[in-house]
Amino acid sequence: MTRETLINVAALAVLLAVPLWALMADEPFIITLATRAAIFALAGVGLNLALGSGGLVSLGHAVFFGIGGYAMGILASHAQSYEPIMEAPFLIEGTKSMPMIWLVAMVTSALAALAIGALSLRTSGVYFIMITLAFGQMIYYFAISWPAYGGEDGLSIYVRNEFPGLNTLVPMQFFGLCFAILCLALLLMNAIHKSAFGLALSAARQNETRVLSVGMKPYHLRLVAFVISGAVTGLAGALFADLNRFVSPTMLSWQMSGEIIIFIIIGGVGRLFGPVIGAMIFILLEHTLGGLSEFWHVYLGALLLGIVLFAKGGVIGAFAGREKAHD
Amino acid sequence: MTDVVLRTEKLFKSFGALKATNDVSLDLRKGEIHALIGPNGAGKSTLIQQITGHLASDSGTVRLMNEDLSGVGPAERARKGLGRTFQISSLAMEHTVLQNAVLGALGKRGNVMSFFKPVMKDAQLVSAAKAALVQVGLAEFAAIRTADLSHGQRRQLEVAVALTLKPKAFLMDEPMAGLGLEGAQQMIALLTKLRKEAPILLIEHDMDAVFALADRISVLVYGEVIATGTPEEIKVNPEIRRAYLGDEVPA
Repeated sequence: MTRETLINVAALAVLLAVPLWALMADEPFIITLATRAAIFALAGVGLNLALGSGGLVSLGHAVFFGIGGYAMGILASHAQSYEPIMEAPFLIEGTKSMPMIWLVAMVTSALAALAIGALSLRTSGVYFIMITLAFGQMIYYFAISWPAYGGEDGLSIYVRNEFPGLNTLVPMQFFGLCFAILCLALLLMNAIHKSAFGLALSAARQNETRVLSVGMKPYHLRLVAFVISGAVTGLAGALFADLNRFVSPTMLSWQMSGEIIIFIIIGGVGRLFGPVIGAMIFILLEHTLGGLSEFWHVYLGALLLGIVLFAKGGVIGAFAGREKAHD
Repeated sequence: MTDVVLRTEKLFKSFGALKATNDVSLDLRKGEIHALIGPNGAGKSTLIQQITGHLASDSGTVRLMNEDLSGVGPAERARKGLGRTFQISSLAMEHTVLQNAVLGALGKRGNVMSFFKPVMKDAQLVSAAKAALVQVGLAEFAAIRTADLSHGQRRQLEVAVALTLKPKAFLMDEPMAGLGLEGAQQMIALLTKLRKEAPILLIEHDMDAVFALADRISVLVYGEVIATGTPEEIKVNPEIRRAYLGDEVPA
């Protein structure tokens, strides 16, 4: 077992152990925090495919996080008010079923990623960052000014959605659900990383000309990566909205996009578990430092600065060294 | 002329007032090494880029196996059989040597959109990649990170990746650049063998290498081919001596 695998296993063990301890100590809030960490990690795992493997610094991933959130909010609000979303030309009703909501969240955010990616990926570097940010702001302001689903005030859902066989209102059960999805997403990303697509995508990040001259199109590789990335982050958004039973334009804000990037930078860009460790540290800081001072972001900033200057590989890079080429 | 593999017909390319490529018609025949020489700024690299499709020609056509490649992008041209090496090594530096070669084999096979099967466990791709590494003499370095290779080894790896594409024609932009005497000797030996796989259009500044390797030589000056011929013909051509070779002609 390499040192990185050891760190990865340890991270998952901690993420699982904390809520188990909280369950015994009767601290439901801690379970909620762990759930939050798992969901943020999932959002980061999504972005990491685009940012880490593909080298696409998207400052607009909150769009997909928010679309996932609104997919949940819209479907659930119609279900609780018994009003269909649309009647003509065919009937679409709301739903409280999580699997259905997840499917809608992933499909809509994948479609959004396809549209945004198809345009943004014609640029690169700082232009790509700016254009993804611009799309993000566009959709953020659209959500604010769209009164049908709460506008600026957001949308509250009274009861958490349902998953067959579980009582999702029990914090530990909902955590288990999010944790399982995170693990599945990690398995998926691990497979992609080792696949033909993963090899080509990462080669396109390192050297675009090389990929072209062996007959592959970097644009196609990146677009597919961006779509998968958006879908996973969208799924995280649906879970996040369900955790809070609330969705608002804040989920679409550029600060949210920045936070997802921060998870990855803290943990280690392009490392499979980078966003998991990053999100856990973020939640830990938010909880401990946030209790001390309203301005805890100062400390977060200092941590980020330290990582960018002294440990470019993030926490995983610092402890496990350079990534071993897979074989 | 059934043995013509690659042909350019009346290629033109201008950058503003500068005619980088001026009415270039060349052909590359089966089994040969056709060297393209000329002073710096003669338009050699521009011409290569027009052939590979990285740069659009103002007019003229490029034909591979008599198929017109107009409007075909660089990725498709590579798929159709143009194997290219670069003046400055262009490799995925964080990947291992073997991964770079597998990338080439993958490009040859197509179907990059495979998400679940581990690519480095694909016996077909890995054996094609390893065969290419054996051919260039890099087999023992397969597991090394490409960034850790020496300059000369990177040049060899470039050739190996081009080989995995099983190209119909090689386009090599200064494969000897920056190689020491020994490295250049190795590369000459390698290219000599390689021409049997596919003909090579070779851009090279190293005149010893050119005269040792080339079956035919074309001289490019200010974007124009001023002569094409066997090494012997080129050596004795007074115009070329004046324009380019000076007194450095090898005996």
